[in-house]
Amino acid sequence: MIPLSGDLGNAKGVVRENVGSFATIRGTSTLKRGFAHMLKNGVVMDVTTVEQAQIAEEAGAVAVMVLDKLPSDVRKAGGVARTASIRIIQEIMDSVTIPVMAKCRIGHVYEAMVLQETNVDMIDESEVLTPADENHHIWKWDFTSPFVNGARNLGEALRRIEEGAAMIRTKGEPGTGNVAEAVIHIKNVNTELRRIKSIYDAGDEQDLISVARELKVSYSLVEETASLGRLPVVNFAAGGISTPADAAYLMTLGCDGVFVGSGIFKADDAKERAQAIVLATTFWEDPDKVKEAQKMIDERQSMLGLDTKNLDLRMQERGSTA
Amino acid sequence: MSGINIGVLAVQGDVAENIMATKMALEELGLEGIVNEVKTPEQISDLDGLVIPGGESTVIGTLSLVNGSLKKIKEKIASGMPIFGICAGMIMLSKKAKDRVVGEMDQPLLDYLDIKIERNAFGRQQDSFESDISLDKIGISKFPGVFIRAPSIIDVGKDVEVLSKFNEKIIAVKQGNIIGTSFHPELTGDLSLHKYFVNLIKTKH
Repeated sequence: MIPLSGDLGNAKGVVRENVGSFATIRGTSTLKRGFAHMLKNGVVMDVTTVEQAQIAEEAGAVAVMVLDKLPSDVRKAGGVARTASIRIIQEIMDSVTIPVMAKCRIGHVYEAMVLQETNVDMIDESEVLTPADENHHIWKWDFTSPFVNGARNLGEALRRIEEGAAMIRTKGEPGTGNVAEAVIHIKNVNTELRRIKSIYDAGDEQDLISVARELKVSYSLVEETASLGRLPVVNFAAGGISTPADAAYLMTLGCDGVFVGSGIFKADDAKERAQAIVLATTFWEDPDKVKEAQKMIDERQSMLGLDTKNLDLRMQERGSTA
Repeated sequence: MSGINIGVLAVQGDVAENIMATKMALEELGLEGIVNEVKTPEQISDLDGLVIPGGESTVIGTLSLVNGSLKKIKEKIASGMPIFGICAGMIMLSKKAKDRVVGEMDQPLLDYLDIKIERNAFGRQQDSFESDISLDKIGISKFPGVFIRAPSIIDVGKDVEVLSKFNEKIIAVKQGNIIGTSFHPELTGDLSLHKYFVNLIKTKH
């Protein structure tokens, strides 16, 4: 079982109050990480309008992520990408029953504050938007709302968890319709997890301390992760997922679920594709069901996609050394 | 008596936590039995008891409808199999659900628990909370309630027993062999509710 409680008992985001005759507490690690647990085996879909959010909900999305532009359009438009219009986020919150997430810029504490005040269910500190501070991510323990962060390797994931992230998504290269980078990064994380697990199993504390130094993260978090042999929070795959088979493949690599960005609403058969990707994610262990899901889409309707080797902008590198 | 066969509906949501909690409950009670993920009608037909975990009720409902699991669970309810529905699982078991903001919902439900549900009754994720509650009627005087975008019960039929309230809101019910809670015992490490459920299966078995 993945642990629910994190460090930092004195986090500013934790709120104690009396409700009627009950003493309550909000913003705890159990509630933040627990929320992410409820999303497991699900698909979170990027949306830009109320109509897309409703299509996503009907198709069986476990949550929607509101953006101003889909990642592939962010890539095309250039310029500075910022958090979505609050008015659109609110309209979407009022029209679907599933959780609504929204993205803020890396390090942009006040965009995150605004999203928390808007009462979105989860905040994504995302490399899809233009970073505000690449050297310092948001100190997420200060917030009552949970955060999800991207990571390309174990060190990045653990540093984000140490800052208070309640969920991780292994990064791909957003807006490319190409799943290759997501695959590489999940495999990276898995390989590193196996390595520290074997060090832990061998009882070599000295080596585990050098891992903590190498990853620039606390020993206790490295030790906890090594003992589990997996990330201590829910981990979804993201970046470039376009087809049911893409989603099912990433599930086989040990992800707890998937984020789909441009892959659905940049395709010409968005509605069928949204349903098909949900089916494939749920029944990924059954190749026949994934085939049925794959049959629901037409490859000629898939977004064209990009070769990730020749990109001017590699969003995945944003904030990754911090 | 052979061991009891308990399933956790593994369509979507926090399945692993419920498997762990149910296994530990069996162990603490010293009972023989197995606990597995179930997804297909065939797997469900062999069960003595089922946990429907937390998650998104719209997703769990839609997908269990697709592969025929929903129909099979209905048959098992009719045959008296105990079910423990947690949060989304309780919504699934209910006859009627509406959302606090969006209003009346037309989502696939198991249509058994004679209760009316209000989804997201306490608000959005930021309003999710922990609080100690009690279920005195089943001998649990103090229980750590973990409420995550939790539903509440706004109306109950005459066959429904109210097990717990948070202020004026109903948060746990029992009807026949079916129990439902708004909160997540599987996230707490307190096994008393899972043990209560396992005992219910044992009595029926």
